[in-house]
Amino acid sequence: MKRQDTLEISGVTVRFQGLTAIDSVTESLVSGEILGLIGPNGAGKTTLVNVVSGFQKPTEGSVLLNGRTTGAETPHSLRRRGVARTFQAGRLFREMSVLENVAVAGVGMGRTRAAAHAEAMELLDWIGLAPKANLIAGALPYTDERRVGIARALMQSPHFVLLDEPAAGMSDLECDELMRLVRDIRDRFGCGVLLIEHNMRVVMEVCERIHVLDSGRTIAQGKPEAVRNDPAVIEAYLGGG
Amino acid sequence: MAFALQVLIDGLSLGSFYALAALGIGLLFGVLKLINFAHGAFITFGAYALILPSAATEATLGIGALPAIPLVILIVGVVVALALLSEFAVFRPLRDSSPATLMVGSFALGFVIQNLIIMIYGGRPKAVGLWSDLSAGVTLMEGVSVPKLQLIIIGVTISLMLALVFFLKKTRWGIHMRAAAEDFRMARMLGVKADLVIMLAVAISGMLAAAVSLLYVVQTGILDFRMGVPMMLFAFIATVVGGMGSLVGAVAGGFAVGMLSILLQTFLPSDIRAYRDVFVFLVVIVVLLMRPQGLFLSSAVRERV
Repeated sequence: MKRQDTLEISGVTVRFQGLTAIDSVTESLVSGEILGLIGPNGAGKTTLVNVVSGFQKPTEGSVLLNGRTTGAETPHSLRRRGVARTFQAGRLFREMSVLENVAVAGVGMGRTRAAAHAEAMELLDWIGLAPKANLIAGALPYTDERRVGIARALMQSPHFVLLDEPAAGMSDLECDELMRLVRDIRDRFGCGVLLIEHNMRVVMEVCERIHVLDSGRTIAQGKPEAVRNDPAVIEAYLGGG
Repeated sequence: MAFALQVLIDGLSLGSFYALAALGIGLLFGVLKLINFAHGAFITFGAYALILPSAATEATLGIGALPAIPLVILIVGVVVALALLSEFAVFRPLRDSSPATLMVGSFALGFVIQNLIIMIYGGRPKAVGLWSDLSAGVTLMEGVSVPKLQLIIIGVTISLMLALVFFLKKTRWGIHMRAAAEDFRMARMLGVKADLVIMLAVAISGMLAAAVSLLYVVQTGILDFRMGVPMMLFAFIATVVGGMGSLVGAVAGGFAVGMLSILLQTFLPSDIRAYRDVFVFLVVIVVLLMRPQGLFLSSAVRERV
């Protein structure tokens, strides 16, 4: 029986000099679950991911990992405790090889170079980038960059993975592949996935639950079909221009 | 043919100095975003460490009188210690400041070290005879005779570069360092130990400075408190020409500037040969006008989306 991990976001508020980016958001995620986080631009999605991954301290509220607050954790100590993330911009080390980009996360957690390379190679193999392992990361197309970012986040089997708009700029075909990958992350690593995404098709198909933010506030939470028909969600996406 | 080989070896050996110094500067720029104008003072300090402290005009060898292996170890140790001391006293407290502040700080540090040398050793140049038998010529082929030292300089430089490449590519700490050089925040998030990586880079930079100190003293036989400055200046130009932040660029830039100097030295009419450096800088300006980002673009300075 696999241990059940929990990640709770409890009444989190973030203010930047009077501007409220997130307003008392509460949500929770357990192992093996895929949660979608959607909302229009500027809704506060990335800010929330920053809070959960330790990049941003909440003004109020807290994030609890297996019941323990993460208030004093740095991004790296949280990474060690099993919370990994990807970045919208990819943020790969462009002058290092694809393999090294993934391996560096293992080396950073104290593995030897050889052990990190072996694990990185397995991940690249799984994600379909093994033939490109020795290319310089800067030479990769945008969509491959995103996949390398995902492989890097999965080094050392985290309990939770936060994917920040992995489908941005992808074609329908690439989105299908991404969805397969996201489900595979859950099945293979047993971790909880928080998927931040603009692409509705991806979110609706792959997520079991969806959390909708608008201007920092929660406007809907629940199953995809319920969220899809929620008047507040339709208004946020279609109304007001 | 013989003439071309002679010029090539002259150019490579001068370029070696610039390339080694440029690597020392480029490494710190990569990891710390620091343009270390104290690097020249590191080089000078390493050279003076060979002799006993005294203001007398005649230099008495101290460390310089030891056999080669302990001599090299001690000089490298002295310069690395100075570099690490600089890291703790100057660079680390300024780490979160702007690159401009760091640069001015390194300028000040350079002056402090230079004046320390004047205080301890006096301001007049001193003659030092270290390993003078290395100046003996070696005949490579009919009509080409070069000092043994030039070949040693080129050999040492290439070996140090290969060692550095091996370290950066094949060791765990090298991976840490390259990641930190490209994206410090991201590297930190992935667990790269920032302080350790920076100290390591500073120490390696000190080692490279020490190599320049030794080779330069053997070649010129003169100690001067300003000796490291032109070296650093040319090395800095080499890193700019090569592309700030790219180590390959720093090395290529160093060799290019060295080669160019020797070519000008060889082919300029004798009455304007004294103004060789003017022409070197002229070429550098033209190169930068055509490729402002340097010959080798590095992601450290590439604009991010």
